[in-house]
Amino acid sequence: MLMTTSDPTFDADEARRARNRRIEAVARWAVPLAVVIATVFIWHWWSNSTPQRGMIFPEPLKVWHRFIKDNAMLFGSLMVTLRITFLALAIAIIGGVALAILFTQSRLAELIFFPYAVILQVTPIVSIAPLIFIYVQDPLARVLICAWIVAFFPILSNTTLGLKSTDSNLRDLYDIYGATWWQKLLFLKLPSASPYFLGGLQIAGGLALIGAIVAEYVAGISGSGSGLAFRILEASYRLNYPRMFAALLMIASVGVIIFAATSFLSWFFLRKWHESALRRET
Amino acid sequence: MTELSKRPIPPLGQRPRLLEMSDISKVFNGTVTALNGMNLTLNEGDFLSLLGPSGCGKSTALRLIAGLMRPTTGRITWNGKHDRGDIGVVFQEPTLMPWATVAKNVWLPFRLRGQSFASVQERIANALKLVGLEKFHDAYPRELSGGMKMRVSIARAFVTNPRLILMDEPFAALDEITRQKLNDDLLALQSKIGCTVIFVTHSVFESVFLSDRIVVMAARPGRVVQELTVDAPYPRDIAFRTSADYAAHTQVVSEALRRAIGDHADDHL
Repeated sequence: MLMTTSDPTFDADEARRARNRRIEAVARWAVPLAVVIATVFIWHWWSNSTPQRGMIFPEPLKVWHRFIKDNAMLFGSLMVTLRITFLALAIAIIGGVALAILFTQSRLAELIFFPYAVILQVTPIVSIAPLIFIYVQDPLARVLICAWIVAFFPILSNTTLGLKSTDSNLRDLYDIYGATWWQKLLFLKLPSASPYFLGGLQIAGGLALIGAIVAEYVAGISGSGSGLAFRILEASYRLNYPRMFAALLMIASVGVIIFAATSFLSWFFLRKWHESALRRET
Repeated sequence: MTELSKRPIPPLGQRPRLLEMSDISKVFNGTVTALNGMNLTLNEGDFLSLLGPSGCGKSTALRLIAGLMRPTTGRITWNGKHDRGDIGVVFQEPTLMPWATVAKNVWLPFRLRGQSFASVQERIANALKLVGLEKFHDAYPRELSGGMKMRVSIARAFVTNPRLILMDEPFAALDEITRQKLNDDLLALQSKIGCTVIFVTHSVFESVFLSDRIVVMAARPGRVVQELTVDAPYPRDIAFRTSADYAAHTQVVSEALRRAIGDHADDHL
């Protein structure tokens, strides 16, 4: 069958592609939103399906009311958790990048420290944390150390990999032009390691939050912490299930926001030149 | 000074010496002889091609001259004071920094000497104009074709007006049309500036078209087997490429290369 269109440069195939693009533009927002709304409705229906279930599985509205009521207390706890998360992340970035630079600079340093970095990484933080709580007295420092241990490895390993994958011809070029150690680091190695570093940061951001939460759990009621994890524990002892849900949803939101922020950073710094941030032109 | 300065090129045989390689050998790992007893005198204004099969040590010779490694035996003597700013390099890959714009890439040799972008902006613009990329000043390398990236690489090598340009099979990865165009432009650039070029290639045609001196090398171990001159006058253009003179020269060089390859001829066919 012969296809006829009024515009010979815009054939049926192209028309279909344009239609798909329009659908995609709407669906990108509409589908996730619909899923969230549906989840809330199913949640509501489930918790009201039997009279008893609502006691231990509170309906969304109850959680919301508890959230509003406990607002001041929950946000105070959020600030505690956020402070630990970001402090740990900051130290992880500084320490991870500095150690990565040291590793690529000195093979000996890598041989000395790398086993420790791996051991710290592969040992579950829940099993190290009680020890840390025995030896470190300062309430902020002990939680911070836990969060840092978890967050620091992806930064270290990714940045090390990035610093090592500098183009060898570019290294030769810098040598021929007599570049100093600092020039090579600042103008060549750090920029070529930046996509790897930003990838590590995305992982480390989420892990710093997990580390902070785990540390709070281990600290438990006896600890002086009053972060969101502490609120969940405390609420569970008091059988205050709506508050548990409210605190849990806040932690999840913080995780999502951290992920979105690090993704944005990555896009922002790489958008001009790196494959990962470029939109394919077809 | 914003214009690239022009050095006059005297005819072959009357050129002052630029550097001398005497009895250079390079052995890797104590076992692999990459280069064996190489002697070479390079004069100012020479366009010298190192021609040979893979493994003949031509890239090793280039790296030795660039100062990226030291010879096992022998020495390289520069005529007059030599510092690292004397050399510009073009590799087989464009070797651009993907995170920097075209202009910022060309700025690199100045930047490493501590010169600000603003202070050399005009020289960078001039160099880009010489390679026909003035419109791509602020483009990123990924936006350019393979040939254009190579032009940026050439602009970066020429921008400081160095005494010697080292080119390591710069056009080997490009298509034939782009390669011929770049050959033409490279000659125009060299005659405009009057610098010395060492050009590593495995193409007989390219070496005859570009150079006035050709050093034929052989492999296992890497060594110089013959030195030839191409006395056709510059500027050379499309007319030279189709002339009987060019055909005669390519035949002589091909013969020399065949003798150089010798017993290993089969490896390279």
